[in-house]
Amino acid sequence: MTAGVESPERPPGSGPTPASAAAAATEAILADTLGGAHRGVVVDSPPGAGKSTLVVRAARELAAAGHQLMVIAQTNAQVDDLVDRLATADPELPVGRLHSSEPHPYDPVLDRHPSVRTSAKPAELAGLDIVVSTAAKWAWVSPDEPWRHAIVDEAYQMRSDALLAVAGLFERALFVGDPGQLDPFSQVGVEQWAGQPHDPSASAVGTLLAHNPGLPQHRLPVSWRLPASAAELVSDAFYPYTPFRSGTGPGERRLAFSAPADGSPLDAVLDEAAGAGWGLLELPAARTPRTDPEAVAAIARLVHRMLERQGRTHSERDSGDDGRGAPLSADRIAVGTAHRDQAAAVRQALAEVGGPEGPAAQVTVDTANRLQGREFDVTVVLHPLSGRPDATEFHLETGRLCVLASRHRHACLVVCREGVAELLDDHPATEPVRLGAVSLAPDGWEAHQAVLARLARHRVRLE
Amino acid sequence: MSLLSALARMEAAACGRARPVATVRHRHLAERPLVLVPLTTAGENGAPLGAMLGTDRSAPEIFTVPQPRDRDLRFAFLGRLAEAMLPHLESCQDEVELVERKETDPETGKRVTVEAELCADAPQVLVPTGPGVDFVRLLGRSMRFRRTAEEDPGAEHPVPPRVPLLGRWLTHYGERARVPGSSLLLSMTGLLSRHWATGQSRLEDQHLGALLAWLAPPDGLDGAQAALRAELGRDARGQLLVPPAGPATDPAFDNDLLAPAIARYDKGVPGAAREVHELVAAQLRPTWEAMWQGVELLRALPEAAHAPDRWRRDRQSYTHHRDRLRAGEPPQPRRDDAVTAARKLAMREQRQAELDAQEALDDPLVMAVRRLAGEAFLAEVLEVEMAYSEGKRPSPRPLVTVHTQDTPLLSDGDKLHRQLPTGTQQRAELAELAGPGEYVLRLVSGMGRAKEPAEGTVPQKGDLVCWTLFEHAPRGGPGLPEPEETPWTHGGPPGEPSAELPDPVTAEDVL
Repeated sequence: MTAGVESPERPPGSGPTPASAAAAATEAILADTLGGAHRGVVVDSPPGAGKSTLVVRAARELAAAGHQLMVIAQTNAQVDDLVDRLATADPELPVGRLHSSEPHPYDPVLDRHPSVRTSAKPAELAGLDIVVSTAAKWAWVSPDEPWRHAIVDEAYQMRSDALLAVAGLFERALFVGDPGQLDPFSQVGVEQWAGQPHDPSASAVGTLLAHNPGLPQHRLPVSWRLPASAAELVSDAFYPYTPFRSGTGPGERRLAFSAPADGSPLDAVLDEAAGAGWGLLELPAARTPRTDPEAVAAIARLVHRMLERQGRTHSERDSGDDGRGAPLSADRIAVGTAHRDQAAAVRQALAEVGGPEGPAAQVTVDTANRLQGREFDVTVVLHPLSGRPDATEFHLETGRLCVLASRHRHACLVVCREGVAELLDDHPATEPVRLGAVSLAPDGWEAHQAVLARLARHRVRLE
Repeated sequence: MSLLSALARMEAAACGRARPVATVRHRHLAERPLVLVPLTTAGENGAPLGAMLGTDRSAPEIFTVPQPRDRDLRFAFLGRLAEAMLPHLESCQDEVELVERKETDPETGKRVTVEAELCADAPQVLVPTGPGVDFVRLLGRSMRFRRTAEEDPGAEHPVPPRVPLLGRWLTHYGERARVPGSSLLLSMTGLLSRHWATGQSRLEDQHLGALLAWLAPPDGLDGAQAALRAELGRDARGQLLVPPAGPATDPAFDNDLLAPAIARYDKGVPGAAREVHELVAAQLRPTWEAMWQGVELLRALPEAAHAPDRWRRDRQSYTHHRDRLRAGEPPQPRRDDAVTAARKLAMREQRQAELDAQEALDDPLVMAVRRLAGEAFLAEVLEVEMAYSEGKRPSPRPLVTVHTQDTPLLSDGDKLHRQLPTGTQQRAELAELAGPGEYVLRLVSGMGRAKEPAEGTVPQKGDLVCWTLFEHAPRGGPGLPEPEETPWTHGGPPGEPSAELPDPVTAEDVL
């Protein structure tokens, strides 16, 4: 726990509806942004709370008010996604996509939008209402005069030094991000700046607020992605200082399989997850290499079986015309891991279990870092601590587990070796406490225990 | 820990001796390094107990403090340390070579070439352990803001003349030690464990005596036994056979031997100062010998091909510090401003990436680690097909089909790099995943400006080529604003740099 941070009460269940709470928050954010009384506005957004929708709306309203706008995102995928959303929302809006001079610098999907202009040269985009690029590309731009307005997307993923390189480009900015996701990091030692307000390795929002404590801070209070079964756990474990709730109530999202269970542990855990939103497939305790062959094989068979049993999802947006729900197809399933070699091993196993062209091979498999910001119906997660002899800071980091546990709209299945709770007990966090260092992230150890305790209620053993 | 270093540790544990994890020496080792073995007083962070130092194994200088909590004695010690260390630290200032450097002309804003001095060599300092490096930094911090009687006649506790200067040098060396791959200030445990793996944990490797026990176990003992003896073995009086390499001392030594001797000194017993000196020197001497044993082991390794390039940067760093001293600039500030901190971090990250790449290129054992991690692969060339880029001036873009038994983590469009025989880097991109272990690569650079690729720049059928997924000379990031243009998000400009005030004297400072 971090001293000095208040933990507000959870929003009461009998208060405003999720939709009206979210709308009120959005109005307040836009009023602060357009009103211009402050140089910066910070918005905390939990997973699936409509952050992108907010950014698109704020960008359009700023443009409509006659302000030229720069938008800063962190990765090229985020920039492409944002430009695509902007152009889809308003096909008339002139949007510039500033990109690098590498081959294939942007998603060709943008070429479909006539109002989107792409270029590697800032001068060719001058005068457009909105110009979007990555922080890394913006850092090379030196305009004659700064932009009046900017939107910084995924600001908690941005490092303080990256903001330093681009902050001279704008006068005022809206900073939007998810405080529970992976913190920025550095491969080299940074302890000499720990606790200083401008620690270059800290998050951009941390530095911004340390120097400008009076800036208005908002939060989006409703996750539209997470089902009721997940929102409370994710909020309690990962967002203790900025709680949120789900947009849908219990039972509003349903997942069911057409083919009956065959009595195997795999089917049992699939049914448990379909009913409860969580499922834990527990393998016998063992110390394993990172690419634990048995766990990887279990994931592949689980995904294969999930597709074989032909699931259907019912929710507020896909109940289907005939009320039979939408099919749970391979593109709506993802497998998340902590390491790249684990992802590679799972991909290979999926290609083996159903053939390289089979549906299982079409499932998205990636690391937590790369799944950030993405959304699926069902996720299968290889627990970051499964089979490990120790728990390092990397594995205890809450952001990684938070990303993995908050990508799904219906259910999350975790595959794990037995004994993680004992492992956590054996490895309390040993990182020194730095004077002056404020961490808005919850305690990793505690968050892990909270998730494990919940998963234990939905456990199926695989012998 | 990489798979290979885990294997090397298991092999070391099994055979009782350290195993190599490098085939070449990846750090510069000076002809005459200054070996410094400092000891500090338990419970008194900035109070040195003594130091042994020198560039000659057979002629070390030993300084000790009979009462470490006495400021005047401490400053006298620091004064002697300055007189012993400064001649070495200043020894490379005057022998320079002239190099050309690009610089932005402040008046025209154009890039112009200027001639600059670069010191031909730089003094190297070796300490026993990582905490020794931290202690050098701490000594620098405690000295650089002190005032001498000459600077400030009213100062309450003036220091001997050259103490603040030594503080600035040690601060520079301590800060430089944070740059990956730098070699101005190195710890012996860091150097040895970079090149050898022992059968114990990394934590245990920080004990210089135990580390050397695995590298060169005495007759009749295996590494584990010798390391255990080095860590725990005690004589009849309960004193460690191998004293810790510092800067912390063994509590049994502190309580049983040192404290009574200091108490006798405080009481004015004749000869007590001499007694403390002998006691501390006896703790220092085994570490001194261990340091030179380590130097010998490292000398036996041939220097890595890229180590001189990195040493050149150390020489530049040394030259810059010399220039700042000569220009009469104030001591390094207590804290970095936002821009300085960000610049340092960017530079260190670039050096880290460069070091990782260079170590792999210089050393097949290190490259094997990267190959096992899927970040590089050794492949046989199966076929080369000439192709050209489209456009007005077609450039060669040969397609090279290769086969590898490694398992690189590759996807379409990924960039690949290899070192040409000339030492420069060639870039390729993955054009096609042709089959299991089979890849088609498109060469995109390093073939000269002509229409046909220059001789020796395209691999031929049957060649074995090592490709890496990482760049060999990673580029630096974009520039950052000048400190006086620090934006509002980072607190605005830090204001005029001014010489910082000396540390105030507090009650704890005075005995």
